Amino acid sequence: MSNILLAGFGGQGILFAGKQIVLAGMKLGKNVSWLPSYGPEMRGGTCNCSVIVEDEPIGSPLVTKPDILLAFNTPSFDKFESKVVKGGMLFVDSSLVSKKSERDDIKAYYIPATELADENGLPGMANVIMLGFIVKKTGLFDEEFFKESLNSGIPASKAHLAAANHKALEIGFGYEC
Amino acid sequence: MLMKGNEVIGEAAIRAGCRYFFGYPITPQTELAEYLAKKMPKVGGLCLQAESEVAAINMVLGCNASGERAFTSSSSPGVSLKSEGISYIIGSDLPCVIVNVQRGGPGLGGIQPAQSDYLQATKALGHGDQHFIVLAPAYVQEIATLMGEAFDLADIYRTPVMLLADGALGQMMEPVDFEAKKQRTLPEKTWAACGHGNKREHNVVNSLYISPEVLEQTVLARFERYKLIEEKEVMYDGYMTEDADICIVSYGITARIAKTAVKAAREKGIKAGLFRPITLWPYPKKQLSALADKVKKFLVVEMNMGQMVDDVKVATDCRRPVEFFGRTGGIIPTPDEILAKIEEMNGGAD
Repeated sequence: MSNILLAGFGGQGILFAGKQIVLAGMKLGKNVSWLPSYGPEMRGGTCNCSVIVEDEPIGSPLVTKPDILLAFNTPSFDKFESKVVKGGMLFVDSSLVSKKSERDDIKAYYIPATELADENGLPGMANVIMLGFIVKKTGLFDEEFFKESLNSGIPASKAHLAAANHKALEIGFGYEC
Repeated sequence: MLMKGNEVIGEAAIRAGCRYFFGYPITPQTELAEYLAKKMPKVGGLCLQAESEVAAINMVLGCNASGERAFTSSSSPGVSLKSEGISYIIGSDLPCVIVNVQRGGPGLGGIQPAQSDYLQATKALGHGDQHFIVLAPAYVQEIATLMGEAFDLADIYRTPVMLLADGALGQMMEPVDFEAKKQRTLPEKTWAACGHGNKREHNVVNSLYISPEVLEQTVLARFERYKLIEEKEVMYDGYMTEDADICIVSYGITARIAKTAVKAAREKGIKAGLFRPITLWPYPKKQLSALADKVKKFLVVEMNMGQMVDDVKVATDCRRPVEFFGRTGGIIPTPDEILAKIEEMNGGAD
């Protein structure tokens, strides 16, 4: 179904966003895997996460040729944009990445997720806005279903952020570009 | 349930009735200790961070000697440090579970996934005449079942059992079902050095035998058990091997990547297959030997420099060419790289 690569800075919620996709896929009975880059990762350093949602059993958990790429910073855009498969989709946080893809064999979307988050009093939730946007544009999941799924994916310690997460998701669902 | 491989190791251990963990932190398996530090106290167990790997393995020795299930975990350099203790545990005929979430080596190496401890695990981790069971999971689900199996096998054969994983398996999340493991009948631990109110003779747990005649007998008795293990406990998996011309032999995380390459090769009309040893010791020699009658060539794929190649050659009596493809130092091979090697072996790309 989909090989998804999420990439950006540590601290942007890349791993969390990837996990929400996997959780939703699992609830639909798909085969799923989630593999983070790990090691000397830190807030501000680079960070990426391979996510696979498939009907077939999953072979390699490492996504080297994504169907869908989420680029949350310029180094990630530079590193992975060329790796997106023909006919694939590229989602860019245009608040943080000023470059545009020159490829005509992929669909590229630019969403100022970080600015939208800040403007709406949702600092740090650009990742969830982006999730809403990709769910809508890719049709990976039904919007209502994904909202419910996100609810159950929020850890107990962050339960008070449920409303904010929903708001962020709605912004993503509703964004047009 | 969606869980990280490292956490699954911890949860499966608790579900196997293990209540004692002794370890020392090292990337990429530290989430395991973190998980157990949270969970063990809740089930009346103990998760202890020892002062070193050497201390941790000796705590495991002592705890298992008392008849309790205890285990330790580390990554490559840390496992090397445990080698003396593991040899003592073998010499003492104690059950014990050891987890190695491998990273690149030698030396302090790196922290990315590797399989370069294959020879260490399967041939000679410690000194002396010895083997122990080595289980190589390829999926997070398999970690759950094999970890439970590891404790059972250790108790049945009074031997260490190693779960040989790698950084990628430890770090990745997949859905997991803990009920999938089959139940086994376990022997009573009549040998345990635990309290008995003077109702029997003292049990002694020891690996020192000054008399060579006595020592030889203990080794021979142990090798009788090894023979049983080789007869009864071999585990493996196959994928499209029935009509394969080129058969990949690969284990752990690399095997699933190879499986993707096999599918791609099939789509190109190349008859590829995959044989996946799950027990690296005992090695599935008979099954590989039978395959050698059918396939034209073997291709070993590992995240090391070809440490399993000789095992395949020996198992098949070198009746078929055995080639190798691998990446090392912490690089995970891609399905495309493996496919390119398959195409080369098949007489070049179209």
